Parts: sequence; C-alpha cells; structure tokens
Amino acid sequence: MSLTPLTAGFLPLFDSVLLVLAREKGFAANEGMDLLLMRETSWANIRDRAALGHFDFAQMLAPMPIAATLGLNPLSAPMIAPMTLGLGGNGVTVSADLWARMAEAGAPATLEAGPVGAALAKVVRSHERKLRFGVVHQTSPHNYELRYWLSASGIVPDRDVEIVVLPPPYLPDALGAGGIDGYCVGEPWNTVGVKREGGHIATVKAAIWRNSPDKVIGMRAAWAEANSELVAGLIRAVHHAARWCGEPANHAEAAAILSAPQYLDLPGEVISPSLTGRFDVGAGVAVTVPNSFVPYAGAANFPWTSQALWFYSQMVRWGEVEHSADRARAAAATFRPDVYRSALVPLGVPTPVADSKIEGLLAEPTEVAATGGTLVIGPDGFFDGQVFDPAALDAYIAAQRR
Amino acid sequence: MPAADLSILVIDENRIRATIIEEGLREAGHTRVTVVHEINEVARVIEREAPDVVVIDLENPNRDRLEHFFTLSRALKKPIAMFVDRSDSAQIEAAVEAGVSAYVVDGLKKERVKPILDMAVSRFNAFARLTRELEQARSELEDRKVIEQAKAILIRTRGLQEAEAYALLRKTAMNQGRRIIEIAQNLVTADSLLGPKE
Repeated sequence: MSLTPLTAGFLPLFDSVLLVLAREKGFAANEGMDLLLMRETSWANIRDRAALGHFDFAQMLAPMPIAATLGLNPLSAPMIAPMTLGLGGNGVTVSADLWARMAEAGAPATLEAGPVGAALAKVVRSHERKLRFGVVHQTSPHNYELRYWLSASGIVPDRDVEIVVLPPPYLPDALGAGGIDGYCVGEPWNTVGVKREGGHIATVKAAIWRNSPDKVIGMRAAWAEANSELVAGLIRAVHHAARWCGEPANHAEAAAILSAPQYLDLPGEVISPSLTGRFDVGAGVAVTVPNSFVPYAGAANFPWTSQALWFYSQMVRWGEVEHSADRARAAAATFRPDVYRSALVPLGVPTPVADSKIEGLLAEPTEVAATGGTLVIGPDGFFDGQVFDPAALDAYIAAQRR
Repeated sequence: MPAADLSILVIDENRIRATIIEEGLREAGHTRVTVVHEINEVARVIEREAPDVVVIDLENPNRDRLEHFFTLSRALKKPIAMFVDRSDSAQIEAAVEAGVSAYVVDGLKKERVKPILDMAVSRFNAFARLTRELEQARSELEDRKVIEQAKAILIRTRGLQEAEAYALLRKTAMNQGRRIIEIAQNLVTADSLLGPKE
C-alpha cells in the first residue's frame, strides 16, 4: 500500500519531538502516512504556509490557531487544534548579572515561581534601568505566562519592564551580548543559555501553570473537515509517538534522533534534560523538575477547551482582542477534544469525558472520569493560587483588568 | 498622489538580493526606498520612515520580531497587514513561492502596491535562478576535477592512456547504469583508502 503524503511545518524546538518520532519511529507509516517534516525559520512562516495550504498541518504555539480563528493574524482562516504536543517545556532564563541581583534579593535556586518572582520584583523596583525580556512571539504561551508571572509578582509588564520578540535560537546570544536581561522560551534554548552564555534558569512553565499545554497540532478547519480520516490517523500516530517518548528506556534514543542535523542540529546533552527533567539551572546547580515536559501521561495530548479559553482571556488582558461572548465561544471551539476522542476511543485509550475543566482545582494528581474507566490527571493551576473557571470568564477578565 | 511617493522598506540579510530589489524599485520611479540588512536597525527605521510597504524575505528568522514592531510602533498611523489584498490568492501564492513577503499599510489601494509586489516576486525568482545556476556551475567544475583524478589513478595503476582511462570509466558507468561521476567518485575514494601512499 502506498503511503499518503502529509506535509507539516515545525520549528527547531524540543517539543517538535512527537512529530519527529511519529516519522522516525514509523508510527506515521503504520497509519498509512508519509509524514514530511519541513523545518521553518519563523512562526510567521508556519502560520502563512499553514493558511495557504503548503502545510497540511503544523506544530503551532497553542494560542496561534485561536488567533487565526479570531482573525487577529494576516491570512487568517479558521483553524483547529485537535491535539496538544505535550505539557510544559518552557522556562525563564535570566543573565548571570540579573540572577546575582535576584539571589541577593532572596531568589532561591529552586525554580519556584512565587519566591523567585518576588525577588525579581525587588530588583525591578531598584534597578537603574528598565529590564528587557525576550519572548518568541506575541501570541505565544511564553508571552502570556511571562506576563502572568510578572503581574502576579507585582510587576506591571508594559510599565516596569520591556518585552521584545526574538526567534528562539537568537535568545541565548542576545542574553550573552547584554541585549536582553532574560527570556521565556521552549527548551533546549534555556539549557543552551545556561551552557553557552552563563545564564540562570529562574523558573519554568511547569511551576507557573502546572501541566499546561505549549504547542499543539494546528490545521485549517476546512481541511480537517474534508480529511477526517487522515486527521484521525495523524492523532493515532502522534499518540503512539507520545507513549513511546514517555518511556524512560527510550529517552536516549529520542535525544539522539532529535539532535540530527535536519531537526534540532544540537548535541544530545542539551536535549536530554527535557526528557529526564534534570536541569543544570546555572552555576552547576542541578534541579529536578517534576513534569518539566510531559509527552503523554495525565492526558497530556488532550486539548482542553478551558485551556484555549485561558489563552483567549490573556489575549483580552493584553489588549490584542476585545472580549465578546461570540469571540470567546469561537476561541474555545478551536480546541477539539471531540476530534481527539473519536480518533482514540476505538483503540481503547482512556480519554477524559469532560471537554473543559476548572484550571487550578487539582492540587494533587486526581482520578477523573474517562472513556472506558478513569484517568489520573493534574495537578494543575497557577502558582499564585488563582483559579480559572471557564464558566466565570467575564468575572476573570474583569478581575484581571484591575 | 503618484505611486512614487510611497515609502518602501526592504529588509533582506542578503545584500546582493536587497540591491537587486532596490534597483528595481528605483527604476520603477520610487525614490523613498530604504534597505535594511540588520534587523536591529528596523525599529528605528520604521519610526523614521513610517513605511507604507515593507518587503521581507521569508527565510528571515526575524519576521515574528518585525510583526511585533508593527504592533508597537507609534509612527504607523494605520495598522500594517500582510499583502495588499487577501482575495488575490494567486499573488499571495506567487510571493510565498518566490520566498518573499510584503506588509502593506491598511487601506492602500491594490493597484498602487501590486506592481511593487510583482517586481519583488520576479526579482526574487531571478535571483534564485541565478543562485541555482551558479551552484550548478560550481558542482560541474567539482565533478570535472574528480573525473580528472579518477583518470590519473587509472593511468597510474593500469598504465592506460588518458583516452583509454576515460573510455573505461564511461564503459563501467554504462554497464552499471550509473553516472560517470559516481564511478569516478568511488574510484577516488577506494584509492584514497586502499591505494599506495603517495
């Protein structure tokens, strides 16, 4: 049987791993697909080529398909995200100079978002100039999480600090050259910042918003509609890749595959921490991060509509879109748990029966109802203890205005 | 207002290609053309020039940064959108195929921008063709060198004349259904591994 070619765009980031494994370990071929992975240089290119149909689908920043659906982008077209490419994966790295001042102000080298943020706030208040932070894209989890962390720590992002956009591979260089004081980016670019530029990982996404999605599979809604069998096959292929990636016995092989020139083109030693969760956070201090990147466990690939809505709430918060009930509905409907479920339930894979959850209710790993039984998910929620209830979106948005 | 009054910003890290585009714009009568190679200058240039049209190559990893500048800039009176007319999908397709992207200030008339974009697309394509041809010429030269080496090996090890050496390479290639350069490459590799030290 000949394979159906399927073209996908990706950026050289650790969390392209599930797509790479789907190809390299034969999971895509098992589903009858020849998965062609095209490395891109910018999220703008991913967005444009996905919109024009050069890519059937792409690795996307989780808020990207939402922005496309809401018409916030050039070449906007309704997009869907039927699957997330794992949870966690980001970190905030600061320069050696800034870390020294933060440590003086009481920041522990434990990656805990609360105390580290409090120390950063002290530094910001006394610093002789405005600190500058880099993120990879305006409509990115990095931007929203960095801003959330700063705000909850008492720092007003657009007043107290400056936030600029730079491509991921350029962030460590810019940190080393003093162009920026810190950045929020996906791995391996935090580890690279530590190893090459003497930076210090201050905190991680897994601490700011526990077990939250970063990248998704994004595709045009019309294409998904017309190719539902292909979409289901793709979800199954990436599902098998995610399970394989979650096995510790496979970590070394996964790192070796990803380090190849056509993918990350980086040594395995900067890729491994994402898989093992054991990070050199700077100055030789090793910290083990629970759930730093979760490829599969805890329904890691399930696209909760509540998480789409949280990203939407942050677009509203930072003035990228004006809130309306219709827009909120459209944003939530971009994430498609129904498509995910219908692809995997026939395989007997337990998937959550709810489409949405209250973000911040699960303090511990918790058993929830799933198709064919139960499933353990979480913990979830934000470091400052705030709860996001999608049913109370208006109140959440109003509270963040204050 | 004549078309020539538009302020056009060209961002391209490839200096030769940027020059080719700039010349094309000037030939078309545009006088307000600014070329930027270094992305670090872009924010300042946008504030100073308040461009109506921005042309950037798609390989440029700084597109996300550029789009962020657009949202921040106070010099731009109107929002900047990608491409002049979303309905003109053929032109958008041609541009992306050629590897160029354009941002245009909202409300600018299609007929004013279309020639600029068409010119950029055709010059990007011409540049790509030129690069391909140069690459081909370079690799042909390399091939010829390898074949010369292979002939020298045959002359040395089998005592053949030059013409006989070439004929042997050609015959072997034909028998194996491969290209002469592949046979020659194999021979040179084998000789460097197994042959006598020179």
